[in-house]
Amino acid sequence: MAGRAGRIGWPGALAAALVLAVIVGPIVAVAMRAEGLGTLGPAGRGALRFTIWQAAVSALVSVALAIPVARALARRRFPGRGLLLTLLGAPFILPVIVATFGLLAVFGRAGLVNTGLAALGLPSLSIYGPGGVILAHVFLNLPLAVRMILLGWQAIPAERFRLAALLNAPVWRLLEAPMLARVVPGALVLVFLICLTSFAVALVLGGGPRATTVELAIYQAVRFDYALDRAATLALVQVALSAGVAALAVLVHLPDAMGAGMDRVVPRWGAGTRALDALWIAAAGLFLILPMAMIVIEGVAGFSDIPPGTWVAAARSLAVALASTAICMGLALALAVSGGRWAIVVGTLPVAASALVLGTGLYILLFPWLRPQVLALPVTVAMNALFALPFALRIVAPAVERSEAQFGRLADLTGLSGRARLRLLTLPRAAGALGFAAGLAAALSMGDLGVIALFAGQETETLPLNMYRLLGSYRSDAAAGAALLLLGLSLALFAVFDRAGRRC
Amino acid sequence: MKTIPTIAGLILVASGAAAQEPVLTVYTYDSFVPDWGPGPAIEAAFEETCGCDLQFVAAGDGAALLARLRLEGERTEADIVLGLDTNLIAAATETGLFAPHGITAETDLPVAWDDPLFLPYDWGWFAFVAEADTPAPASFAELADSDLRIVIQDPRSSTPGLGLLMWVRAAHGDAAPQVWDGLADNILTVTPGWSEAYALFLDGEADAVLSYTTSPAYHRIAEGDDGKVAWTFDEGHYLQVEVAGKVAGTDQPELADAFLRFMLTDGFQAVIPTTNWMYPAVMPESGLPEGFETGPRPAPSLLLSPEEAAAIRAEAIDAWLAALDG
Amino acid sequence: MLRLEALHLRQGGFTLEADWDLPDGGLCAVIGPSGGGKSTLMQAIAGFVPPASGRVLLEGRDLTGLAPGARGVSMLFQDNNLFPHLSVARNVGLGLSSGRLSAAQRVRVDSVLARVGLEGMGARRPGELSGGQQSRAALARVLIEDRPLVLLDEPFAALGPGLRAEMAGLVREMLVAAGRVVLMVTHEPRDAIAVADMAVFVADGCAEAPMETRALLADPPEALRRYLGGVVG
Repeated sequence: MAGRAGRIGWPGALAAALVLAVIVGPIVAVAMRAEGLGTLGPAGRGALRFTIWQAAVSALVSVALAIPVARALARRRFPGRGLLLTLLGAPFILPVIVATFGLLAVFGRAGLVNTGLAALGLPSLSIYGPGGVILAHVFLNLPLAVRMILLGWQAIPAERFRLAALLNAPVWRLLEAPMLARVVPGALVLVFLICLTSFAVALVLGGGPRATTVELAIYQAVRFDYALDRAATLALVQVALSAGVAALAVLVHLPDAMGAGMDRVVPRWGAGTRALDALWIAAAGLFLILPMAMIVIEGVAGFSDIPPGTWVAAARSLAVALASTAICMGLALALAVSGGRWAIVVGTLPVAASALVLGTGLYILLFPWLRPQVLALPVTVAMNALFALPFALRIVAPAVERSEAQFGRLADLTGLSGRARLRLLTLPRAAGALGFAAGLAAALSMGDLGVIALFAGQETETLPLNMYRLLGSYRSDAAAGAALLLLGLSLALFAVFDRAGRRC
Repeated sequence: MKTIPTIAGLILVASGAAAQEPVLTVYTYDSFVPDWGPGPAIEAAFEETCGCDLQFVAAGDGAALLARLRLEGERTEADIVLGLDTNLIAAATETGLFAPHGITAETDLPVAWDDPLFLPYDWGWFAFVAEADTPAPASFAELADSDLRIVIQDPRSSTPGLGLLMWVRAAHGDAAPQVWDGLADNILTVTPGWSEAYALFLDGEADAVLSYTTSPAYHRIAEGDDGKVAWTFDEGHYLQVEVAGKVAGTDQPELADAFLRFMLTDGFQAVIPTTNWMYPAVMPESGLPEGFETGPRPAPSLLLSPEEAAAIRAEAIDAWLAALDG
Repeated sequence: MLRLEALHLRQGGFTLEADWDLPDGGLCAVIGPSGGGKSTLMQAIAGFVPPASGRVLLEGRDLTGLAPGARGVSMLFQDNNLFPHLSVARNVGLGLSSGRLSAAQRVRVDSVLARVGLEGMGARRPGELSGGQQSRAALARVLIEDRPLVLLDEPFAALGPGLRAEMAGLVREMLVAAGRVVLMVTHEPRDAIAVADMAVFVADGCAEAPMETRALLADPPEALRRYLGGVVG
């Protein structure tokens, strides 16, 4: 008996239908407005090839690097380990453009690395080109990969390590390799999917039109060519590709994903060299934290230039983030509790949905009914909830599954069902994961530009949009200040939810 | 599904009750509306005389603005669309959503203006902006021969990016692909929009960035920084002319006409230089602010007609892709 | 009382047959080798494993298709018999209602806790109790549920021999004396002799009909003889 996990109930079915409708509906609306689908064209095919290539390489490199880092973190305890783990997550919740500039401050032509090389009389390194795209994607996704794989390590019971030590058995072949075989595919798929919709990072660091992604092709189709048929086709290709990859991952193995509670250190006996572990942790820490530090330093300098409107936008963004989080968690819970086996596929789709096509489609669908200015914030709330859903779901689903595996029969026996089961079993047992997921969702929706730009009027500016507008008016100092504010608020939101979940 | 029209009705009633005076809705790009942009001063000046409520709605950049108008079609609430540029005029005209303005304008543009649907409100020359101490090339050829690294915008997603394509094309005609071949190794990277490119330049990543001849004025006047210059090229500079037009289906035709007339007066034009950092289409009585213009004006001024620009766009983008892809 | 009517269970390649009646009253041990299907049989009766064919009837009522909570069957598993995030009183109270308890119901919970020797410990979490106390709390829940059939799937296996005997005594004293029918899986034939009136022997894909414990052990069938020999040897 597999317990209730995998069972389909009306809340899960409804949530899945809603997510599917919101992803496919707008594409259909765009295609209908265009009176059909277009062809990809040679440019579209080229973009598709580059997109898949960069996403695949980014995923491979991110995960390959994440393995030794996660292993080092799993078996070493040191002061500041908890703080480091929290900070390591920060690049993931940053708006990509902010992250890009942080990265450039370290690896750019005028960055720390090249300044150092020049001082030593060494030739400079260029970040621009395919290598730069991969570097940026690794920077953005390494934290996620490390978290997922670290969790795999911590899921190996301590007794097994003790047993292996007693038998003097090879820990790697006996315990770690099988665990990685289970966890790595999920991590690869998730990072691949995230990189699939990369746009600004790929172009800015790609060094030119060689680095054209599908999302840029969509942008061009909608904005300049007004070729809605081509945009719809590209968006469908994107969604189909991600659905295929996500489904494949479910068939291979349902990823264990990233759970809450990273405190436990896996005790190890006589394995690995301390120095090597320290090196991996230090390298990853420097790689991830230096760019963040540069964002903070530049932001502090620009903080006094922040105009009053930015604070208003920040307050608005907080409200948007909280509302998005509520919706996102509702969807994630419904899918996790009663969405069935394929819920994870449906819930993963938004990762690779084109914000521009979704926004355009919603615009076509909703414009006849409501004024765009009225729609701006509700649509942003809904879209941000949708874009955070894949991550929230991957945290919540395994926790719900664990609670069902442990206590599902007892709950069945005592007749707990529906809301009583949610209140007495699921919520308290998954509280840690729920808090972590809510924190991530809130931070992600805080920083997500989403579709606000398409709908925004004067009174609906969010903090990321405000930051972009500052950047678009020569005010890069104030924009750096706004970026710092955004970073601070995102991290604070994350910390508050994560703590609240752990305290339950 | 009944609830949606009901909610829509409630919102319409609510907004109708709040607005006693007629509302003139102007769609524009993002950087026009903030506190530091031209919007607030222009709104205040126009509302003094019009007995109306002027509302700006920001919709991304110029291209996004047109895309949004096309999505909305004849049901659009816009009375005026302000912020298209010469590269978008042909596409905008083709939509059939705009009405003739019927105004004969005496402008101070470096070129003659006689478009029946769109009126210019400001303009500028595209130029590469650099630090004053960077050795300045005097042409595309000199730039191509140098080791200088520039950052430009993608013509597929950005109006300045498209402007550069037109610039090279207008100046060098059929030799444009060769110019791009020469420039390819000078291009550090290509960004989706102006903001990212300019930020890269300010961060010291590139020696120069594609922007406007008026960009140094921002640093001089707003920041007291004299250190930025615009390179002047011998072959001349391409113009960006920013225009506004009246939406044919407007429910406020008189107000829209009044706004377009107001647009060419001092109340609007005097605000432009130090908020939009472009040249006013009609020189205000007070002239340009101190420090706005220090160097000589580039000549000749290049500008393809909207029809020409539209006709060569696809081909020019392909040539650009081919040169930079190799 | 409990009737297994041509019951046929299938899980992967494993099958189990049972076709018998369990008379009213008393404690019935379920014995047999590991992997013989004792737990599967219990889970089928509780409704966790749907039968491939046949029926389970309790007091003449067909249980087919009924959810575990609606069968009139209480059960204790090997572990996880208490929700660790709820207080002991709340855990026991779940036997009455999943909503807020009335004052009268709270009094009942307190009195049942007192009967199993956990007076005043209702506010604690299960984690704050010893192993024996946790078993008592789980037993309290079964007591308060007041369902005619109780299935014990080795809930006391992790306890020491002394505590295990004590719990078996409690089961007799509290459940059997109150007229419940108790089916109890055990690995220890000695336990079975000590506490059970009847015993079901499960082996080789078949659950034999219940027999009187002493008679069964005095003259065991061939399969049981082999099993007992193995246990003793």
